[in-house]
Amino acid sequence: MISTQLLDQLPALQVCLPLAGAALCALIDRRYIAWVLTTLISFAMPVIAVMMLIQVMTVGPISYAFGGWEPPFGIEYRVDVVNGFLLVLISVMGAIIMPYALRSVAAEIARNKQAWFYCMYLLCLAGLLGMAITADAFNAFVFMEISSLSMYVLIALGRDKRALVAAYQYLILGTIGATLYVIGVGLLFAMTGTLNFGDMAERIVAVEQSRPVLAALAFITVGMCLKLALFPLHVWLPNAYTGAPSVATAFIASTATKVAVYLLLRFYFSIFGAAFVFEDLPVTPILLVMSVAAMFAASIVAIFQGNVKRMLAYSSVAQMGYITLGIALATPIGLTGGIVHLFNHALMKGALFMALGCVALRIGGCRLDAMAGIGRRMPITMAAFVIAGLSLIGVPGTVGFVSKWYLALGAIEAGWWWLAFLIVGSSLLAVVYIGRVVEVAWFRAPTGTAAEATDPPLSMLIPTWILAAACIAFGLDAGFTAGVAAEAADALFAGLRQ
Amino acid sequence: MNGLVSSILEHYNQWVTIFLMVAGLYVVVARGNMVKKLVGLSVFQTSVYLLYISPGKILGGTAPILIDDPNAVYSNPLPHVLILTAIVVGLATIALGLGLVVRINEVYGTVEEDEIFERSDDE
Repeated sequence: MISTQLLDQLPALQVCLPLAGAALCALIDRRYIAWVLTTLISFAMPVIAVMMLIQVMTVGPISYAFGGWEPPFGIEYRVDVVNGFLLVLISVMGAIIMPYALRSVAAEIARNKQAWFYCMYLLCLAGLLGMAITADAFNAFVFMEISSLSMYVLIALGRDKRALVAAYQYLILGTIGATLYVIGVGLLFAMTGTLNFGDMAERIVAVEQSRPVLAALAFITVGMCLKLALFPLHVWLPNAYTGAPSVATAFIASTATKVAVYLLLRFYFSIFGAAFVFEDLPVTPILLVMSVAAMFAASIVAIFQGNVKRMLAYSSVAQMGYITLGIALATPIGLTGGIVHLFNHALMKGALFMALGCVALRIGGCRLDAMAGIGRRMPITMAAFVIAGLSLIGVPGTVGFVSKWYLALGAIEAGWWWLAFLIVGSSLLAVVYIGRVVEVAWFRAPTGTAAEATDPPLSMLIPTWILAAACIAFGLDAGFTAGVAAEAADALFAGLRQ
Repeated sequence: MNGLVSSILEHYNQWVTIFLMVAGLYVVVARGNMVKKLVGLSVFQTSVYLLYISPGKILGGTAPILIDDPNAVYSNPLPHVLILTAIVVGLATIALGLGLVVRINEVYGTVEEDEIFERSDDE
């Protein structure tokens, strides 16, 4: 009896637990207790998310009326295959990073600020999960700001003083992005009189060709592209990722931009409808050009970076290009590729940034010249780096291959052979920048601090290796990820309209 | 000409919104002083409050509390509630932004963006 009641409340618990935990961390202000509390909560999150995904796969979408107010009047939490999958991804990443966080945070953040770090971490987690789970356009904005504001603080906690400027720049651009989104939502609200996604999707048909709706689409597109760091709007990302503490970078890089992609997908496919966005309007060529520009320009810039963390940040911009490319193709296979890459990129970037965090723990930085020969001193860490790096390149047998395979198939299906070649071509650029690190780390004699470095404690190695192993496991057997992604793509094309 | 003037006058609230929006965004882009940028950001956000609130006003509408008059016209309370939330969000953003600027001033000794970038390049 109690258990079924509890099961009904899962969608609310998914968001409320980390929110409550964040408040507790701030009140307790003891770093060990805060870490234990954060770990417990972040491990409860994947349990809840997986239970909901199983329920969605067997029974169908879950609709939860928050506070008992029936949708569309109250705020609805709605879990279907698309965001169920995303919730699992965010919560699993959030949990895997926690055991790793204890040592890394202790080394990188001042003692009296560590409890606050965990507080902000939980707030950020709550915001991202809330953005993914809600079916209310304005509620999504509020959660977006909760996650963004806590993210700015996480970044500003970095040791480097440039982290402060990076956090400030991100605050300015992130707020502009969120405000553009809320302008779009305001126009839609004025035209349809509702904020509920499902309700909006039904009412928008009557006013589809009106100017405010077109303007709303433009505002939401630009706003979310700022948040997901699509190529010309990516300027906040490299500094933010470079300056943030290792744990924060690993977490933000693998989750934050993904949720922005999800919200864009939700608006494109579920609310505006694929036919309106991709057939009546030139969204495909715009996204396609920017995606391809991201894949090449950001990869080329990545090659010339002296700081490995910064290099991976630019690589993230390039990888976001693959994901938006999948959206731009607007075919079930292309979209499947985009969604699979969303998942896969989180795994490999998580592993890469965590391996770098291990390096930073031992040699105090991530400059490439300081990492000479580190592969010989920290073989286990750098082996994980190489595996995740191969995955980033897209070597067969790793997850990167799976997503690029789907994207290339989607491009060929659309009749764009040249695009398939461009996908392969940009992967070659990844060979160059990952190859540079591998060459320096493994084939040079260790010097300076790198000569005395050793592999980090197991609490940091195991989470890094779980992600690196997942890069191979889901690469060899893509049945689960590609299967769910294909179902998610079908659900998106089916739309919310009954 | 008259049509244009009257269309501007009829929708003056929208024009004010658009002016504030563009002016705010311009200040964010054009100013190098980090505090002034935040002022611009605040103006930009405030324009959105107006965007939500002004279509929510119904002429002759009363507060949405049920009264006996069957012909009563009620205003929609939702835009006001949304904007109350958005104001809190905006407040938090500006507060955090100013907090960051204080820290930047402590560390760099300036809040001018170009001077900060100059100092970062030296290292």
